[in-house]
Amino acid sequence: MRTKMLVVVALLLSGINSVLATPQIQHWQAPSGARVFFVENRNLPMLDVAVDFAAGSSFDPAEKSGLAGMTQGLLDLGAEGMSEDDIARGMADIGAQLGGRIDSDRSGISLRTLSSAAERDQALDILARVLQRPLFPEAVLAREKTRLIAGLKEAETRPESIAAKAFGKAVFGDHPYGVSPSVASAEKIRRDDVEAFYRTHYSADAAVVSIMGDVTRAEAEAIAQKLTGQLPQGGKAARIPPVAMQINTSEQRIAHPATQSHILIGAPGMARNDPDYFPLYVGNYILGGGGFVSRLMNEVREKRGMAYSVYSYFVPTLEPGMFQVGLQTRKEQADEALQLVRATLRGFIAKGPTAKELLAAKQNIIGGFPLRIDSNKKILEYLGVIGFYGLPLTYLDDFTGKVDKVTAAQIHDAFKRRVNPDAMATVIVGAPEEKAEPAK
Amino acid sequence: MRAKLLGYLLFPLLLPAFAAHAEVFEQTLRNGLKVIVKEDHRAPVVVQQVWYRAGSMDERTGSTGIAHALEHMMFKGTRSVPKGEFSKRIAAAGGRENAFTSSDYTAYFQQLHKSKLPLAMKLESDRMRNLLLSEVEFGKEIKVVMEERRTRTDDQPHALLNEKLMAAAYQEHPYQHPVIGWMNDLQALGASDAKAWYQRWYTPNNATLVVAGDVKAAEVFALARRYYGVIPARKMAARRNFGEPPQLGAKRIVVKAPAQLPHLVMAYHAPALRDPAQDWQPYALEVLAGVLDGNDSARLNKTLVREQQIASSAGAGYDSTSRGPGMFVLEGTPSEGKSVGELEAGFREQVARLVNEGVSEEELKRVKAQVTASEVYKRDSLFYQAMQIGQMESIGLSHKNIPLILQKIREVSAQQVQEVAREFLKDDNLTVAVLDPQPLSGKPKRKMEGAAHAH
Repeated sequence: MRTKMLVVVALLLSGINSVLATPQIQHWQAPSGARVFFVENRNLPMLDVAVDFAAGSSFDPAEKSGLAGMTQGLLDLGAEGMSEDDIARGMADIGAQLGGRIDSDRSGISLRTLSSAAERDQALDILARVLQRPLFPEAVLAREKTRLIAGLKEAETRPESIAAKAFGKAVFGDHPYGVSPSVASAEKIRRDDVEAFYRTHYSADAAVVSIMGDVTRAEAEAIAQKLTGQLPQGGKAARIPPVAMQINTSEQRIAHPATQSHILIGAPGMARNDPDYFPLYVGNYILGGGGFVSRLMNEVREKRGMAYSVYSYFVPTLEPGMFQVGLQTRKEQADEALQLVRATLRGFIAKGPTAKELLAAKQNIIGGFPLRIDSNKKILEYLGVIGFYGLPLTYLDDFTGKVDKVTAAQIHDAFKRRVNPDAMATVIVGAPEEKAEPAK
Repeated sequence: MRAKLLGYLLFPLLLPAFAAHAEVFEQTLRNGLKVIVKEDHRAPVVVQQVWYRAGSMDERTGSTGIAHALEHMMFKGTRSVPKGEFSKRIAAAGGRENAFTSSDYTAYFQQLHKSKLPLAMKLESDRMRNLLLSEVEFGKEIKVVMEERRTRTDDQPHALLNEKLMAAAYQEHPYQHPVIGWMNDLQALGASDAKAWYQRWYTPNNATLVVAGDVKAAEVFALARRYYGVIPARKMAARRNFGEPPQLGAKRIVVKAPAQLPHLVMAYHAPALRDPAQDWQPYALEVLAGVLDGNDSARLNKTLVREQQIASSAGAGYDSTSRGPGMFVLEGTPSEGKSVGELEAGFREQVARLVNEGVSEEELKRVKAQVTASEVYKRDSLFYQAMQIGQMESIGLSHKNIPLILQKIREVSAQQVQEVAREFLKDDNLTVAVLDPQPLSGKPKRKMEGAAHAH
């Protein structure tokens, strides 16, 4: 492959447009209180369902970081009347696929199944139990904790993980968006914590149910209720605290024997419902989001051959997520690359995009809109984002129009206000050796 | 997909095509270019893929990595489309594009609104014969490839382990070389190597064009004739096909790299699919991989990870569809406090169980249910459907075999699964590779600066 594809980010950032038929999204509230988003599509005999909660990693208690992920991971490892193996076999027997997903805001479970009655009903029966009657068996928790801790120890040796962890901390300080699980925090997770986290965060009125595929509206209504009618009452979930937007400039150089330096530069960026969302989104396409044609790619890779991957992105979350620029490059030229990236970023913020760049960005984003909604899987993802972040039901219809309205002046202005090159965190893991020594 | 190894990890089970296979149309142009069209009218989009039957297995010792380096150079311009323009024009059309190189083939693709197919064809056909390959551009791009190698292999302990495993497992067959190439070879490659490679393999009679999406086959064929049909065929030099002499006893290697956890890979030589109608072993091996690792309740996860807790992860892989020989792989990471030796013993116990007791009808049924369901799910991805067609054609089979392969997998018996386990999962066939984790040299040293820095 010529480039790494940042799939998760692309999904979060992606929008959609309306020259063509956009999916007809139906929305209602189930008797349970869950909010439901449904697109009926009979082209394929299959059904995709996802149920998401405000139960992502930023709801972790600081000293028990990893709890949200553990809770989510244990859901399908034992439920009323079913062992983990019963659940796995029950799904495999009918070719159904259960998936888990978690990020800093959201936690959820997704299901893909054939839509024929026997398969669909069995898959939904199991999903309903997994969501509403999980057991969190003590022995399974102990085993999964051991596996998590092993993974964390491994991550502590990986340059990309070391960089991401240090960078999160540098950008967000003690804010939950910047906290990563550690061996110590994982060790503290007990069954009571998991149970309590589940009871607090997995409630019907906090649930977003996305349904896509080969069922009728009436069937979808029954499915949504079946999956959420017996969720816990819910407790007072803490809100994610506000993010301190201005940070001090920092630079960390962390030694590592890798051949490349991993460089990350950034600061708090924008929220999903940010008024500057579209100018920043389109602007970032030009800066470092647009595959082979971005400024960063052109300067660092195409002109100088200094990196395989170089990118920038915003993570649009409930509270402002991170703005990040990243690359990996041969250690010996890390400082040169760092300066080049900083200069490119500064240049973009100082002057904004050219008219030609803006036109090219719009052509790609608007012209490529049909590719964003060309499969059930992609549409299901949009339903989850629209539902969870409270975007308008017309989000997909409006998307290209909003992109089209963005001006070069708006991008220039938004970047100037929101991205301050003099207040950014930099992390370099595998820094050039002589520079990685302590200063004194 | 850049490596054989990545190939089988990505596609653990062959998931062939079907019910909708009637919508696949095929025509071969006079210059030998095979054009295959899969109509799918769910969304107004199209994917174009051009597959060349040339991959790293066609390279020679000393110039490994040239197939992949040329793939990068294909974006560096032609006489009429200057460097960078290809990507700009596709982007301006709202398209996405990329390319990938494997041991067996090299492929290029664009995904766009259906109205932009002529543009994609114009650009792709242009670089099929008019590529400029300057020393200056090659010099820059090979540095990018070296960075790619560092990112993907040199600094990734598991990738490094797999690279060295392949180098040990194959004595003669070029699968012993990594797709991305050895660093020494990358340093030695020049524009003339790229030119020679391009001249030798990039010709319509060595390629397959796959178009899938909201198109009409007749219109696609007409467009293909217009854009690709004018490119003359070139006589292909004979292809040297390498074999692999029988392995006469187990091999073992150890790879030391900075990491926390050890890792174990056990790779057994196995056959690949050659005759879809007559062969049966490759299908049985696919099912065997499914029984071991096809779902969360499959044997390796159930016994080694959950019950015995010897492994924190354990998996199996086999890919029947390759130009070269096949390989059946078991791999895993021991749990904290367990050794690689204990994990290897655990894998061996599983192999012995297969050989002595076989598999149950229930397990077999479960694997087949998943194959059947995957056939439906696959239709949600246009790209994957096109990919499957291109892959089959590029390894010397036909996309028309896809339904047959599916049927054959459904017909595999428990006895056949047991037989292939007995025949291929034996020590004389085995290469064991162990990652021996090394501490990062000393503790990470950190330096914080509060003040602004110079630029």
